[in-house]
This record gives sequence, C-alpha cells and structure tokens, in this order.
Amino acid sequence: MPKKEKTTGLIFFPAFDWAISETHPEREERLLYTQDQVLEEGLLDFDNIKEFKPGIATYADINRAHICVPDAQRLTTPSHLISAGGAITAAQKVLTGEVDNAFALVRPPGHHSMLVAHGARGFCNINIEAVMVEYIRHTFGIKRIAIVDTDCHHGDGTQDIYWNDPDVLCISLHQDGRTLYPGTGFVEDFGGPNALGATINIPLPPHTSDEGFLYVLDRVILPILDEFKPEIIINSAGQDNHYSDPITDMRFSAQGYALLNEKLAPDIAVLEGGYSIEKALPYINVGIILAMAGLDYSNVREPDYNAEQLRQSADITGIIEKEVQNIMNMWKRRSKLKAQITGAAHYIRRDKNIYYDTDNIMEKQKETVRVCSDCGGLVMIDSAADNGKKIFAVILPNQCCPQCRKDGEDFFGRVSNALYDHVYFQDREKDIFIVK
Amino acid sequence: MILGIDVGGTHTDAVLVENSILKKKVKVPTDNANILSSLLAAAQKIIADENMRNIKRIVLSTTVSTNAIIQNKIDRVAMVLLGGPGLNPATLNPGKDAFFMSGYINHRGVEIQTVNKDEIEQINQNLQRENIRQIGVVGKFSSRNPQQELRVAHILGNDQRQFSLGHRLSGRLNFPRRIATSYLNAAINSIYENFVYEVKKFVGKVAGDIPVYILKADGGTILIDQSLSCPVQTIHSGPAASIMGLLATAQIREDAVALDIGGTTTDISVFAAGDPLLEPNGITINGQKTLIRGLYTKSIGIGGDSSVRIENGNICIGPERMGPAVALGGEIPTPTDAMIVLDISALGSKQKAMDAIAPLAQKMNLDVVSAARSILDKMAAIIADSVKLVMEEINSKPVYTIHELLEGKTINPKKLYVVGGPSALAPDIAGLLGYPYKIPEHSEVANALGAALARTTTEITLLADTEKRELIISEEGTVMKIPGNFTLEDAISVGKTVLKERAAKHGADQNDMVMEVTEAQEFNMIRDFCKTGKNIRVKIQIKPGLISAIDSR
Ligand SMILES: [Zn+2]
Ligand SMILES: [Zn+2]
Ligand SMILES: [Zn+2]
Repeated sequence: MPKKEKTTGLIFFPAFDWAISETHPEREERLLYTQDQVLEEGLLDFDNIKEFKPGIATYADINRAHICVPDAQRLTTPSHLISAGGAITAAQKVLTGEVDNAFALVRPPGHHSMLVAHGARGFCNINIEAVMVEYIRHTFGIKRIAIVDTDCHHGDGTQDIYWNDPDVLCISLHQDGRTLYPGTGFVEDFGGPNALGATINIPLPPHTSDEGFLYVLDRVILPILDEFKPEIIINSAGQDNHYSDPITDMRFSAQGYALLNEKLAPDIAVLEGGYSIEKALPYINVGIILAMAGLDYSNVREPDYNAEQLRQSADITGIIEKEVQNIMNMWKRRSKLKAQITGAAHYIRRDKNIYYDTDNIMEKQKETVRVCSDCGGLVMIDSAADNGKKIFAVILPNQCCPQCRKDGEDFFGRVSNALYDHVYFQDREKDIFIVK
Repeated sequence: MILGIDVGGTHTDAVLVENSILKKKVKVPTDNANILSSLLAAAQKIIADENMRNIKRIVLSTTVSTNAIIQNKIDRVAMVLLGGPGLNPATLNPGKDAFFMSGYINHRGVEIQTVNKDEIEQINQNLQRENIRQIGVVGKFSSRNPQQELRVAHILGNDQRQFSLGHRLSGRLNFPRRIATSYLNAAINSIYENFVYEVKKFVGKVAGDIPVYILKADGGTILIDQSLSCPVQTIHSGPAASIMGLLATAQIREDAVALDIGGTTTDISVFAAGDPLLEPNGITINGQKTLIRGLYTKSIGIGGDSSVRIENGNICIGPERMGPAVALGGEIPTPTDAMIVLDISALGSKQKAMDAIAPLAQKMNLDVVSAARSILDKMAAIIADSVKLVMEEINSKPVYTIHELLEGKTINPKKLYVVGGPSALAPDIAGLLGYPYKIPEHSEVANALGAALARTTTEITLLADTEKRELIISEEGTVMKIPGNFTLEDAISVGKTVLKERAAKHGADQNDMVMEVTEAQEFNMIRDFCKTGKNIRVKIQIKPGLISAIDSR
C-alpha cells in the first residue's frame, strides 16, 4: 500500500570532533556509521528529505528551560549549544511549514538533564528537548506539547523539568528502573500536584521485544495522546532499546523503531541515547527517517535480525498487560487524584537527592510547589550540591495565575543572598530570567 | 603547441595554443548526428598549414557521450546488484534488465553475506540467452570493499562481455547513484570505444604518435586510452569546458561567480579563491543523479531567446524558448529584442524588435524604449536573485564538526564574470549583486581554449581500518594489509603515492601534480570502553585547474 509521503527535515550533526572522554560511549564515532548508511542509501537525494545545518542555541534559550549553576555559559561547551541548536532548527523548520516533520540527529543527548543543573549526568549537560520546547512556546505561542521519550533510560531530566507543568505531557517508556540507570520512572510517578497525568511512566521488563513496545504504544501512548490533544508531538528518540545495545537489556528492533515512529507520527524527533553504533544505529536511523518521510522501510533490517530469537516471553507479555491496565486506570482517575494527594495543603514539598554520575556531584534539593487550580503553580527550589554550591530558584509557570505570580515575586524579593551563592528568578510566561 | 577542440551544440571550435597564448582559432558547424565528422573537420581546418611536429598534445571536449545518452543511442545493459538490507529495491531505477542477488558488504566494508554461485550461474544463463554484453555490477558499500563486485565480474567474465564495476567509477557513498553511474558507463561503453578508435586512427594518420586527452566533467583531462575504462566521466564535458575556458581567459583568482548567458538558459558557476567548485555528490544527467565528479553549474531557464510576456501586469521571462528574437525572424518577443530596441545589440531588424515590444509596452503603459528597459531590468533581477540563491545554498551546506560549524567558512564573491550573447546585462546584474563585473576576451572560442589548457585531474578515496588491518582504495580496487599502528599520516602518505601513480597513468605531468587532501578523518573505534582500532578516511585529489604556461608550449 503506498503511504502518504511527507517532507522530512534532517538536522544531522554528528559532532565528529567531540567526545566526553577518550573511551566514553558518547564519542566521535557514534554517528559515523549512521552517516555512512544514510549517505549510501541515498536518502538525501529524495525530494521529500531535506538536510539542514543546525543553528547554535543561545544562553537565553537555555535559561528558559534550566537553572544552570553557576550559569549556562559555564555548564556548556559549543557541542551542547549546537546539539540544542539542532533541535531548535528542527522545530523552526516544522513550525514555519518548511517541512512536515523533522529529525534532529544530533549529539550529545540531553534527557537526563534536570531543571536545576549543577553539571553533567547520564552523558547530558542540558536538556535539548526542553530547550527546544521552551523555544517553541516562546516563539510560536504553542501551548500544549507532548514529549514521548522512547529512549531505554527513564527520561528523568525531562520529567523533572515538566513535573509541575500540566501543558507538557511527558510519557517515558524505558527499561524498568530497578534494572537500569537512572533507577527511576515508576508507574506511580504521575506528575506534580497541579499536573497529575501530565507525567506518564511506562517501565518495561528487560527483554521486552517489538511486541511489547508496540502494545504499550497502542494501548497507552496513542490513547493518552488522543485525549491530551497536544498541538505537537516530540519523540525523544533514544535508540538504546535495541537488542544489540551494549549498555541496556531490551530487544527492540529497527523495524520496531520504524513502525513506532510511523504510528506515533511525531512532528519532531530528537536523537537521545543509543550506543550500538555499528549494529543498530545505521539501521534504526534509516528506518526512522523513512518512516517519518512516509517511505517504504520494509527492507530495513539488521544483518543479524532474527525475530524468533528476540521474541519476548509470555511472562513479560503478562507483566506488560497488567501494567497497561494500571496506567490507564490512573489516567482515567487523574482529575480525582489531586484532592487525595494535596488534602488541605497550600504548598507541597518534594525532597530529592540527585547524583551527577558524569561529573560526580551530589545534590540535595527541596522543591516546593504552590497548590493551584488556576495554573501549573509557583515552584521554588532550594538546592545544595556537595561541591559547595547553594542556590535558590523561583520559577513561574507558563500561563501563570496572578496569585502564583504575586507570591513568586514576593519570595524572590525576600530571599536573601546571604544564604545562597545565587538566587534565580525564571518567569517562563514573560520570558524573564534574573539572577541575584 | 596544444591543439584544443570543443564540440559544442552548434559550433565546433578548434584552437592552437602556445605558452598559454591563443595562436589560431577556427569554427565549423557541428553535425549532431555525426560528432566525429565535426571534430575531424575542425581539426583538419586548423592544422591545414601547420607543422604537425609542433603539436605536443591534443585535447578534446566532445558531446559524444552526452548525446548518446540524450538521444538514447545506448546499449542494452544488464545490472547485477548486491543490495543487502535498506531501501526497498523497488525504489531503485536500474533499468529493465536488473538482477538482484544475495551478498552484501556493510558500512565498514565487512562482508556480511557471501555471493551465491548458483544465482550467478542463473544470471549467466540469462545474459547468454538475451545476448547482453554490457554489464554493470554494483554492490551496496562496494566502495568500502570491492571484492564482491570483483568476484561477480570474475565469475561472469568472458571475452564477449564488458563490465562496469561500481567501485571503480567513484569512491563515494550512494548506492542509487552508483547504480546510475555504472549503468550509464556500460550503456555508452561501445559507442565511446568506437569514437576513441576513430579519433586515434585520424590522429595516427595526420600527426603520428602524439598524446590525445579527453576533457572530463570535472574540468580535468585524461589520456584517451585511460578514458576507455570510464567513459561516463566524459559526460557533461561541455559545461566543464566553458568553466575551464573562463579560467583560461579571465585569470580568476578570487571568490567569484560566472554567468554564461545563452539563448535558453543561463549557467551559473562558482569559484572559491579561483578554483571552480565541484558538485558535492556528482552531476545529474538527463534527470539521473550520478556519482560522476563534475564541476558545479546551476542552469536556470532564462536566456536571450526566452519568451517575454505580460501576465497580470507582471513581466514574465522564460523558461521556454519559442524560437529566435522577432528581430531575427522569430514570432515571440525576447530579451534580445529588448536589447536591439535599446541599441545594446546591433543584431537583426530594429524595426521588427520595436514592433515586437510595442504590444507589451502598451500593456505596461510605457513607451517602447522604457518597456524594453523594464524587460532587461527584470531579466537582470531574475538572474541576480538566482545567483543569490545559489550562494545561499552553497554557503548553507551542512558541516559535521564543531570546528567547521563555528568557523563558518563561506564563499563571498568579489567579482562577476559574464560570457554569452546578452553579456550586455552584466553591469545591471553586477549592480544588483553589489560586486564588480568583467567580460573576458576571446570568449567565442573559450571552451576550446579551456579544454586545451586544462590539467589532468583525479581523485582517490581511502579507507583504513586498523581493527580489520585493511586499507582500501576504491577507485583503484586496492585492498592492502596494514599494521595495527597505522596512522592518519601513514594513510595520507600511501594515498599520495597511489594518487601520483594514478595521475601519471592518466596523463598528468609529473611537475604539475598539485595534490590536495580534501578529507582526512580519523576515528577511534571504541568497543566496550576499550580502543580497538582506528577508522581512517582520506580523500586526495588533483584539483581542476590550468596547466602552467611553460607546460603549454
Ligand atoms: Zn524513555
Ligand atoms: Zn538512554
Ligand atoms: Zn497559580
């Protein structure tokens, strides 16, 4: 059956001159064979596939999504600015109508970077999807956005940034946190008090294969997207669910990835992890590009692909089916959950310990959110890292209500510099960023 | 002295050049049904009273290959394809005699699936039955490991058959383009062979043993015998001759743009510090994208004979040509008529030109002279806009390293070179672009001059993989063992040696081999947190350019 062709933008930036360290998996070579395969298949000769050069993100772009400690300049290198810039370019091309959808094949990745960033964790310094999402909201006035994190690791950074935001739906599917870094992302993690159901976690057992992934796509992701009605869908497209990935334990295939992208039909896909750089990435990426462009991907497969060997066990199928029921039950009750959770409290506090594995920093965080029925709620964060940095941040949400705004401005005025290295004020609605 | 001949669409020009100076030129009409006869006629005419012993080399630029393809005078070609996984083979366009067989090589040049002898035997019987003698063999990633293509050709080989192997024609990646390139090469093989035979017979008779070169699409020359294995490289030598002609007549040293304004089209070419730009992937011929190395030209559908009309109050020019200018006996007004009205051109009948522009002037509410001016302004604006677009496209070409992205190297034209009939538009176009212009001399035989003075070019693509301990040079079919401690410097040095030999074989002057490393990348291969080897990629070329004045004696 001929599919409907779409014009697909490709922002390809393999950063051939950048690695975290000499033998780190996030290395120069990572997208080399993907580039080889894309070139050899002649994908760039298709009239409906267009390649674009990435832009370079500004510090202002980053400050819309993060509280960088001490500042965005010292937390990033050009590689991060280009990677986030590539994601922004993808969004620009889609939202100005130059292409129907776009894939930012950029590195380094970003989905483990949280709202407050003291350093790098999980190979990520800044969250490139979040920087892009805030750019989209700021530039194109789009309100409702869905991010589907198909990376094998829990998209904990993205979840953290949008935990209290009812307008950004974050769905992450990942290998069960009890068996893989970062060890989070359980079904019960369902969003902040004002944004319940805007965070959906779908942990999957190790050895889940195409069948399981596509099952949760059909039974959870697509139905929830249907109800949420986002204006745009973003695929945080990690490729480490692949059966050959060296640092994970799943059994997803190139065909599975392509089909998932065809069904999900993301407006923008942004590359995240994926370290089987020879056996998986070339095929997965060709599959995703073809699927996004509405071209035939039926012949894209890994040389050693064997569906029979990869089939998931009946146990796994059972676990996934039960979990899907759980999630959908919670989703249906999401509006009733708020009263149960907040009770009579005006503010809800969450304490977090965050470890920056890449930079070896330990952070203790107190996040306080104002319980609000009119907006995502004022958020305040008190954060101390074991490198001695201590900061306080006041964050006003998009479409902030007058009361949250007033309280937030008051708090920012009152917090004393004497207790903190820096005090930050991030107003996402008015695009104001102040540090004192 | 060098004898240069350019067979163009309408004229065949011949020049004799000594010390880079034009000594003599002749022009004869081209008979497109018989390119060879036009070529020989021009040659006869120019060497009539010359002492043949003074001629040291002959360089030809001909449309023989291009015409064979455009006029579809090509041989039946069987394509044997080793596709592996990836794009659906149904999206490929290998012609009707295509055989897909098992066996493939991956991106690192590792053989993943071997070829199947039974399948090859079946293909063999098919070829026998259909009596197909031109055969293209193309594998996915064959430029990363030529051995499967070689093996298939070896098994199928007999003295009736000629093979066009994908890896020999280009070291670049792009399977669909490799297929098209190999197909075209096979399709023109025998017609080209016949052409070479006739040329050599003629030269042998009149001049004895002097070297004959052919101009390629990349603006470089190759010895005619060497060109027999890759006739496809001589496709599109016309635009190449024109660009080399510009170099020969205009001494371009800076970033520049050149326009060749013809009857129906205007060709835009671009120079970076005086070097003509190459197409990044390969040229497109007859709508087919290939891997044939060629000089960059962008053709736009506007020229002196383009039709001019008024649509919704706007002046529209081209892209179609409806015959010559009215002043020259045509029926539809053209920019040439406008130029005649304005006395910029003295061709044809001025009255007829006035009459042709008059109805347009009426629609524009202008007098005839102002209308003519408006038409030319519009034409200049269209061309200038196209040039800006071309520059934008070239300068926004993606790069893949942080260094290159931050450096942001761009081409910024400092001068506009204009050749062709309506070059009178040059001041207007240059004005719109904001840089000065120059109209080079001798432009009526520039193509032949360009061919005569072009140097021999060639390129090699080298892949060294120290984990596999193997080095491959696609264009030469080289597969070589290397030690585990082989470095990028080693690769460049091996590459230069091979390139030098290849260039000499193709006819390059030992003293005129300016080698340029166009790509040199080295990647540590990391497996499980350990360095297991290096993946080294090098491209070296002898870039297109002119031979030195000394060598052109
Ligand atoms: Zn995930
Ligand atoms: Zn991951
Ligand atoms: Zn509020």
